[in-house]
Amino acid sequence: MDIFLQQLINGLTLGSIYALVALGYTMVYGILGLINFAHGEVVMIGALSSLTVIRLLADSGLPGPVVVLIGLLAAALVCMALGFTIERVAYRPLRNAPRLAPLITAIGVSIVLQQLAMLTWGRSYHSVPPLLPAATHEVLGATFTEVQVIIVAVAAITMAGLMMLVNRTKLGRAMRATAENPAIAGLMGVDANRIIGLTFVIGSALAALAGVLVSANYGIAHYHMGFILGLKAFTAAVLGGIGNLAGAMVGGILLGVIEALGAGYIGDLTGGVLGSHYQDVFAFFVLIVVLIFRPSGLMGEKLAERA
Amino acid sequence: MPRKSWLGMALIGAALALAPIVVGASLGNAWVRVLDFAALYIMLALGLNIVVGFAGLLDLGYIAFYAVGAYLYALLASPHFGIHWPAWAILPLGAAVAGLFGVLLGAPTLRLRGDYLAIVTLGFGEIIRIFLNNLNTPINITNGPKGIARIDPISVFGQPLSKPVEFLGITFSGVMLYYYLFVVLALGIVFVGIRLQDSRIGRAWVAIREDEIAAKACGINTRNVKLLAFAMGATFGGVSGGLFAGFQEFVSPESFGLMESVMVLCMVVLGGMGHIPGVVLGGLMLTVLPEAFRHGAGPMQQAMFGKVLLDPEALRMLLFGLALIAVMLYRPAGLWPEPRHRRELAK
Repeated sequence: MDIFLQQLINGLTLGSIYALVALGYTMVYGILGLINFAHGEVVMIGALSSLTVIRLLADSGLPGPVVVLIGLLAAALVCMALGFTIERVAYRPLRNAPRLAPLITAIGVSIVLQQLAMLTWGRSYHSVPPLLPAATHEVLGATFTEVQVIIVAVAAITMAGLMMLVNRTKLGRAMRATAENPAIAGLMGVDANRIIGLTFVIGSALAALAGVLVSANYGIAHYHMGFILGLKAFTAAVLGGIGNLAGAMVGGILLGVIEALGAGYIGDLTGGVLGSHYQDVFAFFVLIVVLIFRPSGLMGEKLAERA
Repeated sequence: MPRKSWLGMALIGAALALAPIVVGASLGNAWVRVLDFAALYIMLALGLNIVVGFAGLLDLGYIAFYAVGAYLYALLASPHFGIHWPAWAILPLGAAVAGLFGVLLGAPTLRLRGDYLAIVTLGFGEIIRIFLNNLNTPINITNGPKGIARIDPISVFGQPLSKPVEFLGITFSGVMLYYYLFVVLALGIVFVGIRLQDSRIGRAWVAIREDEIAAKACGINTRNVKLLAFAMGATFGGVSGGLFAGFQEFVSPESFGLMESVMVLCMVVLGGMGHIPGVVLGGLMLTVLPEAFRHGAGPMQQAMFGKVLLDPEALRMLLFGLALIAVMLYRPAGLWPEPRHRRELAK
């Protein structure tokens, strides 16, 4: 029982991070119908650039959480600029090209970002200084750290804010209109290019936040962390129904919990034949199963094939 | 066939036959080895070309079929299990098993739209790699991350290709012998590819690529035809994988990462999707150029700046990524596109 609760807590933490990254995928997909393959690498850049700032300020005497906040702001700025540039350079010129073309440029962008990160930060694993309160607490035999609480809380607040932005503000309405039909939205006075650019910027800011949280959770960051995280977040977005914001959150948390519980129990279930190093298989397995039985995801609407 | 094209083919044949001797004598056997890999990758790229180029199904996990072929060969011809089947029995078996995997993956996923299919195949590729990495416990099947070593070399008429042979006063080293085998097989695959392209099935693939709904309305059984493309591509991958295992005499999960899938895909896309000469060009370029770069970048920086400023390996990948973006932006149909395809994209 205690392992159940423990894995549930770990899964929730991981799931909130997946959800934040998944939001970036889902927002872009909702508007452009494009998988922003490079999104995971933006998360990685966010994690590493915040780390650089945090290391610079670590000895400045400022309280830990303030340092992390400054690091987060710096990372958000870097990622927002990056997201804007990626859209401008790699996606916008190909908006009317065959579907494969932007996917290939996206792969190109992720390779470039990964190699630039490697040249900047090196191949090694960087440990993240523990600046956030890390005291552990115990509930019913399961332990959780304050970092985990912060991660879940920050993720929840951010998602609520994003929902408000999309559903209540003028900008959100323009985004929804562009997603529905860019040409008609244009006729109504919406500058579709600006909205699409802004969507990338907002998604990248979320990616920066996710990068900071994930490196705080694991205590390490390295140039290769973006790929698998991005893949899982994409899985989460598909699981929830891609293009649907609430779906991305539900999908993220669900995927985190499935993974954690799966890793916790697979040894017992298979009599020790398969171990917890198969954790990564779950995400893909879930993805394949969802796409077979419910291709539009848990909360997605059924889309007619667009000719 | 007109006399002119016979002449052309004879010239190409002579060039292909002499290439390893010339390259071996001038640049050394390491470069003949690069040519071997070029032929191997061309076979892989031609297999993927069926899936991506002809049928328009984006497969990002193609290397998994290569892995299946390679590991099958490794398991059936190495001291790991003490089984030593002849290569010519394993290769067709590898093709069949890889084809079966292709159907297994394709059957549930082919209903999906293009980019979803890409992600699912990517996930499948990763799953295969994770299993290869971890299937050493509790029963040691794949020997985990250490890989399988001391695999039997491929033999032709009882002559193992890893041993040098004297012929007409020239010593043909192992890598040269493999070169001839790979080139002959690659030519075979080119031939199959060309025949497939103009066949009824090939035309059905192109129809599906252009407009699936219209293809269906024309009476094409889109599900079966797509599945056939998947299986056919996987088969080629399986054969290439077996050849790779026999050639290297060693396999490990590291050789079958996502980057390899992306590399093969780039050969197809940069060369010219659906156009066999383009794909061959793409395969040749992306094997030989990075290799030249790997050897040249370090000394060149040394000469220009007095020291090696940037890690050549990272620089190579960086340029590779930039080249991908640039080619897609300026030549979205590839460097040597199919004439029909070029017309469509030019509109």
